[in-house]
Amino acid sequence: MAVIKAENIGLVYGAGTSFEKTALSEVSFEIEKGEFIGIIGHTGSGKSTLVQLLNGLLKPTDGRIYLNGKDIWEEPKKIRNVRFKVGMVFQYPEYQLFDETVYKDISYGPKNMGLSEDEIDERVKKAAEFTGLKKELLDKSPFDLSGGEKRRVAIAGVVAMNPEVLILDEPTAGLDPLGRDALLSQIRDYHDANKNTVILVSHSMEDIARVADRILVMDHGKKIMLDTPKNVFSKGRELEKTGLRVPQVTKIMMLLKEKGIPVNQDILTIEQAFNEIINYLGSKAEG
Amino acid sequence: MVRDITLGQYMPGNSIIHRLDARSKIMLLIAYIVFIFVAGNYVSLLLMTLSSLLIVMLTRIKFMMYLKSMKVILFVVIFTGILNIFYGTGNVLWEWQFIHITDGGLSNALFVTIRIATLVMVSSILTFTTSPSDLTDALEKIMKPLTVFHVKVHEIAMMMTIALRFIPVLLEEADKIMNAQKARGADMESGGVIKRIKALIPVLIPLFVSSFRRATDLAMAMECRCYNGGNGRTRMKQLKFTVVDLVGLLFCIVIFTGVILCNIYFKSVMI
Ligand SMILES: Nc1ncnc2c1ncn2[C@@H]1O[C@H](COP(=O)(O)OP(=O)(O)OP(=O)(O)O)[C@@H](O)[C@H]1O
Ligand SMILES: [Mg+2]
Repeated sequence: MAVIKAENIGLVYGAGTSFEKTALSEVSFEIEKGEFIGIIGHTGSGKSTLVQLLNGLLKPTDGRIYLNGKDIWEEPKKIRNVRFKVGMVFQYPEYQLFDETVYKDISYGPKNMGLSEDEIDERVKKAAEFTGLKKELLDKSPFDLSGGEKRRVAIAGVVAMNPEVLILDEPTAGLDPLGRDALLSQIRDYHDANKNTVILVSHSMEDIARVADRILVMDHGKKIMLDTPKNVFSKGRELEKTGLRVPQVTKIMMLLKEKGIPVNQDILTIEQAFNEIINYLGSKAEG
Repeated sequence: MVRDITLGQYMPGNSIIHRLDARSKIMLLIAYIVFIFVAGNYVSLLLMTLSSLLIVMLTRIKFMMYLKSMKVILFVVIFTGILNIFYGTGNVLWEWQFIHITDGGLSNALFVTIRIATLVMVSSILTFTTSPSDLTDALEKIMKPLTVFHVKVHEIAMMMTIALRFIPVLLEEADKIMNAQKARGADMESGGVIKRIKALIPVLIPLFVSSFRRATDLAMAMECRCYNGGNGRTRMKQLKFTVVDLVGLLFCIVIFTGVILCNIYFKSVMI
């Protein structure tokens, strides 16, 4: 059974005022347990809106959202339980830190869940480890950390709640390339270790292609595709119409193919491209 | 939601009222408010109300927006209205224990209600049709004579400009942080007063931190652009009086004279 199922959801901001704005319309999809989903789309295409709907921070103006087969808005009083199950890391989460020490800040979520002290301690330590925070940082004030470290603390704060579904809204925005790769790998490791469902929002095709099992492409508040990276990128032309670009290596392979060189287009990383080209050159030398 | 409040919000446009100089709008608004209180009977008050409605039509902003701005103070209007019902003199219409409702009281209540509604309406005309920067510029110009008394007019105006500019930013930020903490299971909608205040801490601290960060950034940016106070500073958009302002002034003089005449020739309502 799907963990999350969206049925024709739509959202209008400021309905009935002069600032009315349709951010999302008629979006339907199903996400299976343990999947790693990437969401991509240009600025303002409704990605953040969509993920906020999934954990009940926004209420859809149309349609329904099911978590494990149950409509999340069936009992509006219990929406907090949905938020515990669907953890959400916001865009620029470092601005939400508030407590005296990193340790206390990470334990804010688990505390709200009403866990025991021991359980909280264990979860905080585990979450810190997963996000690559060093032990000695735990007793520091979160305001004394670097931007990248703050980001990790904020992510750890959500991971510590051990949600069934973890949503991350552009977790790598503003990090340097090394930090970005490290964070992405850690998220992927977290997913592999716990078999949790992860939803990652990003602007970068390269990032998403590296980690996601399936990609959801958004354009002007509508779902354009939901498919494996290979299938999505094979429709490169269609993607470009929505203002998105396939990863550069994929693009190169597509251009080679157009020039009549018989290479595989379903290439997502530089390594794959390298091997493919070597193979081609090898076969040419033989033939 | 905080976004739905229309009181004090600028709505860009190109109507004749938008084109009035901000200084004339402020001065005329003050005069208008004075005369709303000068108007002592229904005829003169109606003159004020109808002329304000005419100006409202001239702004070409949907009347709905004005109604919404009144919604915010609806409570005040109803409260003063009801209070006035019970404090009147005249013929008793209805009596129950210590409560007497008199025709004078009812009339007072109606009068006060119209008065406050008109007051809010004209004030909304100013804020709806004047951009915040024009507003503070005009205030600075109007208060200029006070520099003689060592009042830091420019600094005050600059503070107001910045405050006005950042209110929506702060509201949006508060909204965002609140959502982020809700996602971590913060419960802000239930519990007693103490519990609710405590629940606000995780929102207030990040909000303060980011306000200070914004303040430092802004100060730095202003210094980088060589801001050093108001002395010798010129403006890109100069305020200018035009024919429209003259027409506005004449219009107001006519209305105000009418109000004074009506006050003299008709019986006063308020006691
Ligand atoms: N609180 C709000 N009130 C009104 N309109 C909003 C609000 N939040 C977002 N919008 C509008 O809804 C649309 C979708 O916004 P959303 O934040 O979901 O985009 P996004 O895909 O996350 O963009 P980005 O990549 O820049 O983060 C935008 O046009 C935006 O202007
Ligand atoms: Mg976004």
